[in-house]
Amino acid sequence: MLRFGRLAILAGALFLIVANWSYGQDVDSVANKDAIFARPFIFQGNVSKQTTTAIGGYLEGNTNYFVTNGVGDGFSMEMRRFNIFLYSSISDRIRFLSELEFEHGTEEIALETALLDFELHPSFILRAGVILPPIGYFNQNHDGPKWEFIDRPLVSTTILPATLSEIGFGFHGNVPVKTLTVTYEVYLTNGLNDNVVANEINRTSLTSGKGGALFEEDNNGSPSLSSRIGFKSRKYGELGFSYYGGVYNTFKSDGLNLDVKRGLNVLAIDVNFQVSRLRIIGETAWINADIPQSFGQQFGSEQWGFHLDLIYPLSTFNLFSLERITLNGNFRIERVDYNIDNFNETGTKIFDEVTAIVPGLSLRFSRSTLIRANYRYHWERDFFGNPASKTGGFQFGFASYF
Amino acid sequence: MQGRIWQHFLNILLLSGLAACQSFLPDLPEENELLDGPEEGLSTEEQGIFLAGDIAFNDEIFTPATGLGPIFVASSCASCHVGDGKGHPTNALTRFSQTASNEIVNRLLDKGGPQLQHRSIPGFTAEQIPPEANGVSKVVAPAVTGLGFLAAIPDQTILDLVVQQRDEGIVSGEVQWVDVPGYLKPEPWQITNSEAQYIGRFGKKSAAISILQQVVGAYKQDMGVTTDFDTEDPINFSLSANQIDPTIDPEIPASTVNGVVFYIRTLKRPLPRNQDEPSVIAGKSLFSQIQCSSCHLPVLKTGLSDISILSEQEFYPYTDMLLHDMGPELDDGHVDGNELSFEWRTPPLWGLGLAPDSQGGQFFLMHDGRATSIEEAILLHGGESESMKESFEALDRDKKNQIIEFLESL
Ligand code: HEC
Ligand code: HEC
Repeated sequence: MLRFGRLAILAGALFLIVANWSYGQDVDSVANKDAIFARPFIFQGNVSKQTTTAIGGYLEGNTNYFVTNGVGDGFSMEMRRFNIFLYSSISDRIRFLSELEFEHGTEEIALETALLDFELHPSFILRAGVILPPIGYFNQNHDGPKWEFIDRPLVSTTILPATLSEIGFGFHGNVPVKTLTVTYEVYLTNGLNDNVVANEINRTSLTSGKGGALFEEDNNGSPSLSSRIGFKSRKYGELGFSYYGGVYNTFKSDGLNLDVKRGLNVLAIDVNFQVSRLRIIGETAWINADIPQSFGQQFGSEQWGFHLDLIYPLSTFNLFSLERITLNGNFRIERVDYNIDNFNETGTKIFDEVTAIVPGLSLRFSRSTLIRANYRYHWERDFFGNPASKTGGFQFGFASYF
Repeated sequence: MQGRIWQHFLNILLLSGLAACQSFLPDLPEENELLDGPEEGLSTEEQGIFLAGDIAFNDEIFTPATGLGPIFVASSCASCHVGDGKGHPTNALTRFSQTASNEIVNRLLDKGGPQLQHRSIPGFTAEQIPPEANGVSKVVAPAVTGLGFLAAIPDQTILDLVVQQRDEGIVSGEVQWVDVPGYLKPEPWQITNSEAQYIGRFGKKSAAISILQQVVGAYKQDMGVTTDFDTEDPINFSLSANQIDPTIDPEIPASTVNGVVFYIRTLKRPLPRNQDEPSVIAGKSLFSQIQCSSCHLPVLKTGLSDISILSEQEFYPYTDMLLHDMGPELDDGHVDGNELSFEWRTPPLWGLGLAPDSQGGQFFLMHDGRATSIEEAILLHGGESESMKESFEALDRDKKNQIIEFLESL
């Protein structure tokens, strides 16, 4: 009895909170490019001015309950990521940042970032090391606690290869233009590899082409270019355009020509806007790749996708000793098409598409910490366009910087 | 007292909350709307083997690193046999042959025949049809459901059907006699002819004696994957004989092959739908009346089987497992074995109505998928089935539709 009574109180409290409509939401004050430095541990380190080296990280975990066409594997919990950052301002103008990621426990350990920035001028900073190429918005801004949704957007992770870490170097900078801050980034990196097509998922996949070989030679001795230009207004938010391109295949080895050079191009547009209290985050990306004929039509030469997240603060309240908690109502819609083409044999459309909607709620304790609940429904149509397989489910998770 | 009411209220709230959650989750389609899944009655051990086979068939996608190629057609069983159902023309197999007019011998067997591998892994050259080929045939993947039952039909039943058809004089099916590959041990009940050949059952021209032979052939010829049963990769005969992929052969063990064979043997029979609809009932009797059932035999019975659920079972496949002369329109000029180029094995019609669920929402029927509706498929019948086709054409629209509705219900 007591338990149910408590539940009722909680439900009532939730209702009151939602009905109470008090607000509080801050616009992102940092450009996407600088998101990697806009992490609480660095901020706190800088405020205290006591140390030049800071250590931090984040942790995220969640539960899943999914059912596909009436069949589910039950309830599961996962500790998705545990990342550790190490930051050091070596001098006024030189800084170091690294990130070590432990995904799914210690199954995958990756050095995501290890870079040095040499600031010659705020508009001209030299960067070298293991970097996160600006291939869209998400890649450089993917920390779990920043997102109101448990799953990462499909366009960012399966069309674009986030998170992509590559060894490389280049320049970036901020240039104020009237009320705007224009940010730019240009890097050369090793680039993707043959697994863009020689993979186990039977479709063109930039994600599969990420090289495990961070500390080795490039597979083809031909670097890739990545670049992004962002326009940021303090009032409205940020709009960015990025391009990534290069040769992905091993066309030459030991002086022998093995294949023609096969290139790929990626274009992405990202938005991060604030309209009144509604926050809009979205990214759309388009890919084209030169696919060997012998791989067949299963491997599309063009892919496309987008996601759009709407985040609305429903209420801000205090709960016992926790102050200024914000309850957000969230909605994501996303769609990816892994193969924009028609069948040679029948002239009909090739599918290989996923569409999903994700309504959810998040309770933000601060910019660093949140708990979130999602309901996800997605429709997946195979290569041939057979009736969609439908997956629905509930997720509950948390994420926090430390 | 008041507490009670609250408790009831909350219980109801909680239960309806749970029910509401359930209603947000996608439902299971009706059992008879799906092709995949095992026959009922498998033991738990058998279900374990079934699952392993299921994974190898549906989930395992080969890459150059795991043995794909050097030349191949597709990289997984499921990319052609989608959801265990019929395939799409984009993944059709191409077969080629060169025959002189008075003999049934494919002279291109030492030039990469009969099957074309038109794709290759990086660094290798895909095969092309040699210019001297005078027969080229495309075949779309059939469904693989219920094959365990077809495999368990006694040879004697099939031979008896040949005699019976000859006596009745309506159609005249033939058996394809096939040479036994070295790795295949025929069962004691299998009947051999004077040349030590066995009855072919699988493939559109009955070129494979057993599911094992079909599966080993599929791994090798369709994907370039070597097995314990056949350790040689397919090679592009127009190039040097040394061009084989660097993965160590066999690329997959016998256990995987056996798991897949078990999976295919125990995949459930397609279940019919709407059997009580008056139009379906009428269509079913018309189908027999105009003698479609002389080849598409409604019922057959299995013999004894090592898998108990397959033993001595009646089942309804709508095939006689025999090759028939289907007339010039379906003659691609290609021969696989000892059959003539216009001969095709009667395909089972069970599961026909579910074909669009695996063929991208539409029908691609007959061996090469050229018929995009059931009616078109019927109108392509010729040869031994010429008179049945004419009977169909002579029916009024309603009756034609009844036959079609019956076929869609299978
Ligand atoms: C490239 C497409 C393709 C791939 C890949 C493929 N198949 Fe097939 N399969 C076919 C076609 C086409 C046929 C009909 C063959 C014939 O007529 O000889 C067939 C026939 C069969 C049959 C006999 C069906 C019958 O009714 O006679 C079985 C069993 C089978 N395949 C199993 C497999 C297995 C197991 C794999 C994977 C190891 C596989 N196939 C891979 C296209 C494919
Ligand atoms: C002489 C034997 C024979 C008779 C009689 C016959 N069929 Fe067929 N049927 C076949 C064969 C053989 C094929 C496969 C031909 C091919 O693949 O090109 C076939 C294919 C079909 C198909 C397409 C199946 C598929 O999976 O692609 C349908 C539908 C069909 N028949 C219905 C009928 C109907 C209806 C009749 C009566 C009007 C009929 N058949 C009479 C032998 C026969």
